[in-house]
Amino acid sequence: MAEIIEKFITGDEIKTDEYLVNMGPQHPSTHGVLRLLVKLEGEIVHNVEPHIGYIHSGIEKMTEALSYPQVIHLTDRMDYLSAHMNNEAVCLCIENALQVEVPERVKYIRTIFDELQRLASHQLWWCASGMDLGALTAFFYGLRDREDILDIFEETCGARLTLNYSVPGGVMFDIHPDFQRKVKEFVKKFKKKIPEYDKLLTGNIIFQNRTKGVGILSKEDAIAFGVTGPTGRASGFSCDIRKHHPYSAYPYIKFDEKLGTDGDSFMRWKLRMDEMRESLHIIEQLIDNIPEGDYGVKMKAVIKLPEGEFYQRVETARGEFGVYIISDGKKNPYRIKFRSPGFSNLFAINHIAKGWKIADLVAIMATFDLVIPDIDR
Amino acid sequence: MTNEQLIEHLSKAYPDEVALQGNQYPEITVSREILHAFMQNMKSDSNLSFDYLVCESGVDYPAFLQVVYHLESTTHKHFLVVKSNTENRETPALDSVSDIWPTAEFHEDEIFDLLGIKFNNHPHLRRLFLDETWGFPLRKDFYDDIHVVER
Amino acid sequence: MAFEKYDFTPLTQSIHQGLIENVSPLLTTIIEWTIIGVLYLLFIAIFGLLLVYAERKVCAAFQQRLGPMRVGPWGLLQTIADFVKLLMKELITPNRVDKFLYNLAPFIVIIVPFLTISVIPFAPGLQALDFDIGIFFVTAVSSVGVIGVLLAGWASNNKYSLIGGMRSGAQIVSYELSVGLSLITMVVLAGTMQVSEIVELQRGGWFLFKGHIPAIIAFFIFVVAGTAETNRGPFDLAEAESELTAGFHTEYSGIKFAFFFLAEYINLFIVSAMATIVFLGGWMPFHFGSFESFNNIMDFIPGIIWFFMKVFGVIFLIMWFKWTFPRLRIDQILTLEWKYLLPINLFNILLMATMVLLGWHW
Repeated sequence: MAEIIEKFITGDEIKTDEYLVNMGPQHPSTHGVLRLLVKLEGEIVHNVEPHIGYIHSGIEKMTEALSYPQVIHLTDRMDYLSAHMNNEAVCLCIENALQVEVPERVKYIRTIFDELQRLASHQLWWCASGMDLGALTAFFYGLRDREDILDIFEETCGARLTLNYSVPGGVMFDIHPDFQRKVKEFVKKFKKKIPEYDKLLTGNIIFQNRTKGVGILSKEDAIAFGVTGPTGRASGFSCDIRKHHPYSAYPYIKFDEKLGTDGDSFMRWKLRMDEMRESLHIIEQLIDNIPEGDYGVKMKAVIKLPEGEFYQRVETARGEFGVYIISDGKKNPYRIKFRSPGFSNLFAINHIAKGWKIADLVAIMATFDLVIPDIDR
Repeated sequence: MTNEQLIEHLSKAYPDEVALQGNQYPEITVSREILHAFMQNMKSDSNLSFDYLVCESGVDYPAFLQVVYHLESTTHKHFLVVKSNTENRETPALDSVSDIWPTAEFHEDEIFDLLGIKFNNHPHLRRLFLDETWGFPLRKDFYDDIHVVER
Repeated sequence: MAFEKYDFTPLTQSIHQGLIENVSPLLTTIIEWTIIGVLYLLFIAIFGLLLVYAERKVCAAFQQRLGPMRVGPWGLLQTIADFVKLLMKELITPNRVDKFLYNLAPFIVIIVPFLTISVIPFAPGLQALDFDIGIFFVTAVSSVGVIGVLLAGWASNNKYSLIGGMRSGAQIVSYELSVGLSLITMVVLAGTMQVSEIVELQRGGWFLFKGHIPAIIAFFIFVVAGTAETNRGPFDLAEAESELTAGFHTEYSGIKFAFFFLAEYINLFIVSAMATIVFLGGWMPFHFGSFESFNNIMDFIPGIIWFFMKVFGVIFLIMWFKWTFPRLRIDQILTLEWKYLLPINLFNILLMATMVLLGWHW
């Protein structure tokens, strides 16, 4: 009897089984079609294996049969929440390859659209993550405010999500006459909303208990796994392409690159809220100073890149997006490779989720801000 | 280091491999036998310290398959493009660099899935996006008679 | 005072007299039981539907939208439409479930609120069962609900349901302690467990004001523990949609799911009703000291309306929590109970006992 009790106390002889739980592919909190095979022991996560490919459309293969302007239309659909930034990356790559200098007006317009898109993406992230953690009302508040940005987009580009606005050489149409006024109004209005978002979630003690100290990603791990964007910056990895390799109108403005130290979920959350404030700051610097001029340079009807390889990096809302074009001088690219931020970010989750509970896995997934078509391409 | 210094350093260290300045960044083509040792050196050498593997892509050429690595150093802020060719298209195999940069594990899974290049010493090479009924779609000679209908 | 004319006792007594004169005593008892049973069934059915509708409207108001508006004027018939739909759904029993336990679980879960409602005084004279251990009866009977939840999780033959059921069971059992202890705090103040006595004692002022500090602490703890008991609000991890589908009632469809759903709302009503009776004076009107004129105006509102107003106030408070806060993790829920609420509760009882002994209450 004594031996039985002793074994019970030390727990050595007690065999517990691990069991597999499937999160997804249809799941409200994986933000897309992602299947996570979670190996659990009780409530503790031992291993997370992501299975992707549910929305793999073969975009890279498709581009080999399309012309360069047609490729841009496909890039919208990858990370659809940073659609304009994807467009811009391909346009910049083509323009750098052909050594075309775009007018200043185009640079300003592109950057303002980038930052508006970043705001819209972070708002959607905020409301969806709030919903994942249980604050269902947050979903409606974020979407309500995001409608203003989408209305601005619709006036100029005709589309709300897949903007399709940048073309090699400039932008497709000039901005709408009401654009500047509306953006200024929006900035004024949204400045008051961010403190409201903070009060609702970031300052809430339940929320802080759910995210503080959860899923710590160290700086070395962030660099080793290639985790960029706000997720990587929260761990201290300084990777903002807008600062290190500025493009478009970013050399003309001043803004801070926010870095975190802890690398836990709370830091990632706070960093995105700070990035929203920085985006507002950037828009304010640019919106009044849009230079007059052409909204595009006349390019040849058939664009042929010179032979060689070209790599362009852009900072999307999720991280570093890279476009690698290998051209053999023809009008179709030989090979285009898209370096998507979500792909590298996703596989760091297994490393940091070990030892936490399922509810923490949801908090980690929420703060990583993944968009699955970005990963699957 | 600047691009010229980098090319000079690499040419001295590896005289057999071709290091030159590409359109934007220095490029070096490394033979597959010394690929792993070369990459290890890239990371651990304190003058170079390429600790961030930005992107790993596979390319299909008529005679061979190629893997292109984009490396960046977060401390020295220089950038390098490394290329390595496989022997032929029928049995392409290269060494895996996933023990040097963990992110490479999944990029290599993707390259295996779409192009068919096997990586030696890879912890768990699996098809990431597609399943076993597919060939290797990203190859130029890919023809799929199950899923594609020709008119 | 004018309040007396709203007493239901003459009505119930006259029915009783009428029956006794005409039929034998045994038949009288049986007929009275039947009447009470049918009335309670109707009450629970209608109130359940009403609460579901209220939840949807309150939720919509917090989220700056309108809620159900199309089915009936202002969407009033929406819940009825939903329940008709649920009734018409196919009852899918998964493979290899423990058939007896699987079918038993929803019944246990729905019977428990019925039993508890029987001791609640809706108005003076309108109470089905009035023993001298009413409060104790309520806590004892509501504990039986846990069995239904555990059975549902176990018998469903589903990993998710099992996890959800175990979590839910652990949570309910832990928070029963807090609920019971905060009720006991007020029993210490009242000196009796009989529910109608407790309400009578609040004639001169509600216990929340009479007992000031310990009563306010006990009220907060009761409301928090009550929402956790009913698996609502920030403590709804067991049925968190964004984590593990629907928790312990994943595998139930049709009328069985309707039972779980309805039981949750009736439990919410019970928690609010207990809070009202013990802290907020039950059907007693709001009297402010000795302002005679104010008190007389307050007396014009019948007791039953006071009761429902207060109950709806507490229900609104509990719904407010649910739609504002994010969820707590299961270990945080249990930590909250065992490390924070329980010690505070015990200290509170001590405080209340000291106050009563020294006569420091009103």
